[in-house]
Amino acid sequence: MLSRTAANLYWIARYMERAETAARLLEVGARISLLPTAQGYRNEWDSLLRSIGATGAFAAKYGEPGQRDIESFLFFDRDNPSSVASCITSARENGRIVRTALTTQVWDALNTAFQELRNIEATPRSELELSRLTDWTMRHAAMVRGAIDATLLRNDGYNFLNLGYYLERGDATARLMDVKYYVLLPRADYVGSGLDNDQWIMLLRALSAHRAFHWAYGGEVTAGKIAHFLILNPQCPRSLITCVAGANNHLSRIAKLYGRQSEAQDKAAALQAMLESETPERIFEEGLHEFLSRFIRETASLAGTVVDTYLSGDML
Amino acid sequence: MTTHFNEMYLNGEVRSPYARLEDWTRSMPAELRIQKQAEAEALFRRIGITFAVYGEGGDPDRLIPFDMFPRVFTASEWARLERGIKQRARALNAFLVDVYGRGEIVRAGRIPAALVYQNEAYEKTVVGFIPPKGVYSHIVGVDIVRTGPNDFFVLEDNCRTPSGVSYMLESREMMMRMFPDLFRENRIEPVDRYHELLRRTLNSVAPVKCDREPTVVILTPGHYNSAYYEHSFLADLMGVELVEGADLFVDGAFVYMRTTEGPKRVDVIYRRLDDAFIDPLCYRPDSMLGVPGLMDVYRSGGVSICSAPGAGVADDKAVYTYVPEMVRFYLGEEPILNNVPTWQCGKADDLKYVLEHLAELVVKEVHGSGGYGMLVGPKCTKAEVEAFRLKIVADPGNYIAQPTLALSATPTFVEEGIAPRHVDLRPYCLVGERIELVPGGLTRVALKEGSLVVNSSQGGGVKDTWVLAE
Repeated sequence: MLSRTAANLYWIARYMERAETAARLLEVGARISLLPTAQGYRNEWDSLLRSIGATGAFAAKYGEPGQRDIESFLFFDRDNPSSVASCITSARENGRIVRTALTTQVWDALNTAFQELRNIEATPRSELELSRLTDWTMRHAAMVRGAIDATLLRNDGYNFLNLGYYLERGDATARLMDVKYYVLLPRADYVGSGLDNDQWIMLLRALSAHRAFHWAYGGEVTAGKIAHFLILNPQCPRSLITCVAGANNHLSRIAKLYGRQSEAQDKAAALQAMLESETPERIFEEGLHEFLSRFIRETASLAGTVVDTYLSGDML
Repeated sequence: MTTHFNEMYLNGEVRSPYARLEDWTRSMPAELRIQKQAEAEALFRRIGITFAVYGEGGDPDRLIPFDMFPRVFTASEWARLERGIKQRARALNAFLVDVYGRGEIVRAGRIPAALVYQNEAYEKTVVGFIPPKGVYSHIVGVDIVRTGPNDFFVLEDNCRTPSGVSYMLESREMMMRMFPDLFRENRIEPVDRYHELLRRTLNSVAPVKCDREPTVVILTPGHYNSAYYEHSFLADLMGVELVEGADLFVDGAFVYMRTTEGPKRVDVIYRRLDDAFIDPLCYRPDSMLGVPGLMDVYRSGGVSICSAPGAGVADDKAVYTYVPEMVRFYLGEEPILNNVPTWQCGKADDLKYVLEHLAELVVKEVHGSGGYGMLVGPKCTKAEVEAFRLKIVADPGNYIAQPTLALSATPTFVEEGIAPRHVDLRPYCLVGERIELVPGGLTRVALKEGSLVVNSSQGGGVKDTWVLAE
């Protein structure tokens, strides 16, 4: 397969997942701002921007963060490459480029999302509630994902698509947790307080994992259980370990298909082994923020190796 | 203007190839027609057959209007067209090999040397090089117009990268899907072998250094190109990779593409990119679309480029007037298809005639395309004609003029029902080891009443083109 084609497929997945993350961020921010916190309104939105490293870009365009501007920035703003509108447009354009590597159903799902986005953009903002925007985004992300799973040939392109999904999703879960833990909680001594738990529950909701968590663990919500669920539990579809194992699986399939191992497989396997040997206690000992930062760095390094090995075409 | 020939009727009678369509239209209520038209449009959009127009605002993905009323040729009409088109394709290729070689036709005084050697499209970089099988133009799109039951004229030749074949194929798919009964009742020659023939043609011109089943690719300028859909459509049908310049690189004597499994050698490049852009080391140095070093590999027999660089000199509008001469000179035959009478403004006598009759003529730029930069005298205001006159006088060599032909019309679905609209025809002749032509082509229709401009960029549509079996 042409390296560029593989790259287009990989980026379709990353952009769709990123659109979903932007929507989840909006949701978690909105929910947290509804809590009767000590910090007041502004801090929540500010911290959300910090988690995605967009404080500077936002301030340059909008100044002080407020809900409406954040909505503009994360959903509509074409200048923000990670906004829902930018991501869906990019995913669809990547899809158009490799139209023949997709089934009609996958193209339809991408194209429908794009066409509906144009309608949303033409709708007065007063008629668009935040929840409608986030639901819409997640619904279309699911439709694209479903069309891929149901109709696409299981060839190398399928593996590159999934690789994109898992790498992006792992990164997103880590960042969302980091918003909560590092940025939102103002002081370390709040850990374990009522405020702390409320925020954790909000986070679970944003990851659509609220009920799943209770089914899996029951009883009290504790930071340890949640960290276990979102980092180490392979049953959780968005946990770090699920994402790394998924990436590892698709990389192994590629190695088998091509009859050749590469550094990418080694890195993914090492990352999975690292997570398998972790416990919540050790993570908290290291510091959750430190652990998550390390994970984000290592995922980025793995993604870089995937690009160098397969997607850039520079391998000789 | 004289009255035009309506291909469906002659002396008030329905002509035989259209006989069944008469019943078909009569039995189709308006609601059904509207419903079918909507169905077709939805399908086109869904499959993604669009004509991308960037930078003009609005929807970047436009549909080319599709007219459901087919255009029909009888077997004998087609047989003559086919012979004429193949003859022309042979002569054009013989001309190209000649003018990049000894230039016999020029030495014999049958075409002016300046017209060939000082032509902008004459590629000095390939002088003395004979491409595999002696073919420069592998896909020749011959634009044909009709003015009467037996009167066909070649309007122009397209020897470089004629586009539109995807519309020929998709229009047929659409018609077969929506009106299967029509295909049961009429015996219509299929066109769906086109991609196989194209693949075979490209395989047959593999370079001398290729000692295996050749790897073929299509080279596209990229997804912002208006014909991108067609590029990806053809790549998909043939099962070959669709590459951009950056996907290819030169290493030593060969060209490779970048794949997920490492470099893979490429033998034949069907490029949909102008000469000027294919190799920044050889042509335009600012081209980001090409492959540095490609021409060196090409000239040393490491890769084939289709159409071959330099082919453009044969489809220049001033060279066009000499194509009948080429047929006589190289093939020793009389042309089966005639040219439209053409005045070359570069010649003093011709210029005088053109300026005197400007309001009756069609004037085109020698290197223009897409129906832009032309004057259709009878359709223009006095002021427009006068403004154009100044342009011709300023640079006469840049213009040719032709009489305004009474283009034939075929019945077309319009808002009020069915009405005649002017059409032309572009068949796609494939030249490799053999010369092949699928029975059919792209019929373009000027949807505006009275309009003679069929270009898709200016409100033209397409129709399915039928050739009836014997």
